[in-house]
Amino acid sequence: MSLDQALRPGEPAIQTRDLSKRYGAQVAVDRLNLSVAEGEVFGFLGPNGAGKTTTLLMLLGLTEPTSGTARVAGLDPRRQPIRVKRQVGYLQENMGFYRDLDARQMLAFIAELNDMPSPEAGERAEAALQAVGLAGEAGKKIGAYSRGMRQRLGLAEILLKQPRIAFLDEPTIGLDPDGTARMLEVIERLAREQGMTVLLCSHLLEQVERVCTRIGIMIGGRLVAEGTLAELRAAKFGLAGEELSLEQIYLRYFRESST
Amino acid sequence: MSALRAITRKEVSDHFSSSRFLILFSLIAMVSILMVYMAGLKISQDLEGEVKPTFVFLMLFTSSGIGFPLVQFVAFFGPLVGLILGFDSINREWNEGTLSKLLAQPIYRDAVINGKFLAGVLVIGVTLTAIVLAITGLGLVTLGVVPGAEELYRIFFYLLVSLVYVCFWLGVAILFSILFRSITTSALASLASWIFFSFLIPLAASAGASAAPPLSGESQTGYIMRVSELERTLSLVSPMRMYLESMAVIVDPLRRTASALVAVGRNEDISLSRFAGPLSLDQSLLMVFPQIVFLVAILVLCFGVSYIVFQRREIRSI
Repeated sequence: MSLDQALRPGEPAIQTRDLSKRYGAQVAVDRLNLSVAEGEVFGFLGPNGAGKTTTLLMLLGLTEPTSGTARVAGLDPRRQPIRVKRQVGYLQENMGFYRDLDARQMLAFIAELNDMPSPEAGERAEAALQAVGLAGEAGKKIGAYSRGMRQRLGLAEILLKQPRIAFLDEPTIGLDPDGTARMLEVIERLAREQGMTVLLCSHLLEQVERVCTRIGIMIGGRLVAEGTLAELRAAKFGLAGEELSLEQIYLRYFRESST
Repeated sequence: MSALRAITRKEVSDHFSSSRFLILFSLIAMVSILMVYMAGLKISQDLEGEVKPTFVFLMLFTSSGIGFPLVQFVAFFGPLVGLILGFDSINREWNEGTLSKLLAQPIYRDAVINGKFLAGVLVIGVTLTAIVLAITGLGLVTLGVVPGAEELYRIFFYLLVSLVYVCFWLGVAILFSILFRSITTSALASLASWIFFSFLIPLAASAGASAAPPLSGESQTGYIMRVSELERTLSLVSPMRMYLESMAVIVDPLRRTASALVAVGRNEDISLSRFAGPLSLDQSLLMVFPQIVFLVAILVLCFGVSYIVFQRREIRSI
């Protein structure tokens, strides 16, 4: 697939300026300034309802921001949502599938929606199913899949699409330890080998610590901390000056914000 | 364009493989074929000794073999096909989380609703055509009469207007599936609107009209005429009435008015036709042009409203 080259060299793959979203009186995202360089795996942390998913939807052009701007792959998702969505793969939290299709039919449908020529799409779909370990069950209807299998199929959709940027919203939820390890491996490989930019939302801090190059913590719609793990550690010390784990740092921020 | 094609194709194959559609289709096919068979027998009986009957073939659609004619059957139960195909089209995707997945792909949002509507139209078209072709074939066997060119044209228009009528109900169902998040609610709302327009309005119209008191000095006939006129006016709100009126004229060339005050039997009808020749097709169409325009207009309106509501929905609630 020909890639849209709207991104200038050196420009961040994802950039937001004072991006805000209000639903009535409730502020979901409050003046978010985020910058993710190309090829980075950015961990996006935060409690439930912190505004992570809303941010992703705004970055995809699926929701109109109340104010502020965003640029994804050098494009404005508000003005050019189709071009943005061509380059972004989105793995939703609680994603839906058509239960009456099997995995191959689902991937073929996604390929068709992305305007992929069918022989190429068929090959890519097989490779994607192979990579997530679903090739053996690809003929089964999705309605009969377990939660973990669906999650893996979701990742297969992203592999099929081979986007430049991937938004992964809780990708490891419901996976068994082997599935989780495999999922993280695939994510790391995508970033390393294909230079894919990944925005990873997760609650599982150990995983974030393992795969992410940079981390942002979002609480109550605001980005309260951002940086590499070392930078975050430098900002928050333990009582005795010892190095904190990401979990401890996260909990510190969380408790500070709730008091 | 390719997104629209992909969605339409998927929806059509979903419809055709769903057991819901198969049950409905076999039911309607069975009933209509049975009705036409009975009508065919009755027509042969009625026409016994008739020297030169005209437009025999079209009588298949208007003659009441058992209870009521086919045209009326479609008027009553055709809407169910549209409603059943559409009542969960959007809200099922909401509830299962597939809508946001669909919209995260590089497609325009209207491809989703256009594709769903188009798929419904195709399925309804195939269904109606199949049933009409089956009826035509059966008619050839039971009547032993070959339809003339004009009869075929009329059957074609019958098909076309029926398609518009059933698609209007599809539009209603899709609108409800956008407005209501719960599938049960949209199903009930669809059924309620069907019952309201198809059963309650005709009942209320006749009850309301017959409640009108006779004016002083009015003749008996004048009163009956006025009540019938009033009833017709009141029931014009119902799309079913519009459909029935246009069908009556399109399928029956001997008719020269959209509303019949007195129901005329087949034999009287034929003897009347000795004095009054049948209308030509364009004259028949001209007579029911307002009704047809009305049906097309409510179809467009219904789809337009669904389209706007769907385009403006906040995605977060999806």
